[in-house]
Amino acid sequence: MEIRIRFFASIREKLHRSEATCSLPDGATVADLLGQLCREYPPLAHYRRSVSVALNREYVDADQPLRDNDEVALIPPVSGGTDG
Amino acid sequence: MADELFAIVEHEIDLAPLLAAVGDPAAGAVVTFLGTTRDHNEGRRVTRLEYEAYPEMAVAELRKIGATARSRWPIHAVAIVHRIGAVPIGEASVAIAVSAGHRAAAFEACHFAIDRLKEVVPIWKKEHFEGGEVWIGSQTGEKF
Repeated sequence: MEIRIRFFASIREKLHRSEATCSLPDGATVADLLGQLCREYPPLAHYRRSVSVALNREYVDADQPLRDNDEVALIPPVSGGTDG
Repeated sequence: MADELFAIVEHEIDLAPLLAAVGDPAAGAVVTFLGTTRDHNEGRRVTRLEYEAYPEMAVAELRKIGATARSRWPIHAVAIVHRIGAVPIGEASVAIAVSAGHRAAAFEACHFAIDRLKEVVPIWKKEHFEGGEVWIGSQTGEKF
């Protein structure tokens, strides 16, 4: 199956890209995807413990199964608003 | 029933549409919050903040914050607008408006909304300061 991945903020800058696609075997989970992405983009390994994952725009856990054409976003620690 | 307003914008925030969105004849209070770019942070002289969003998800998360606030407090309506791109010193990056029958619930719900926004909404800011730039939330520890 094909998964579309989106990168933002510090991760986007580190990888010099905002999107990628990944082919995974049926039954693969978010954790499998992260493992494959870290092999493909070694700088991602630094983010692995702090990143959250959104599947089709909803936060999910690493054991979440994926389906063909899913959109997965890697979400570094958010910092919207201000500190006022 | 007031119109919903949860949005990500790339221009200066105007409070008027938020006030219109939460306006309600039964409201006795409207509380607003503006988060503005401060000229200093942790000893650095800040020149501007630059915001980036995952816009489709960010709007969905803003809407959820509004729904949660309405389920927890006796309020009428919530509106939240977040600006992305460069936000100069003194200008607002986020605006929240909450209407309620009475002020206590409106204040509490507004406080909840900004705190929750900072925890879950996929928006990031990069601080530009004299001598450099840094993604906020990502500069601590080895992870980033």
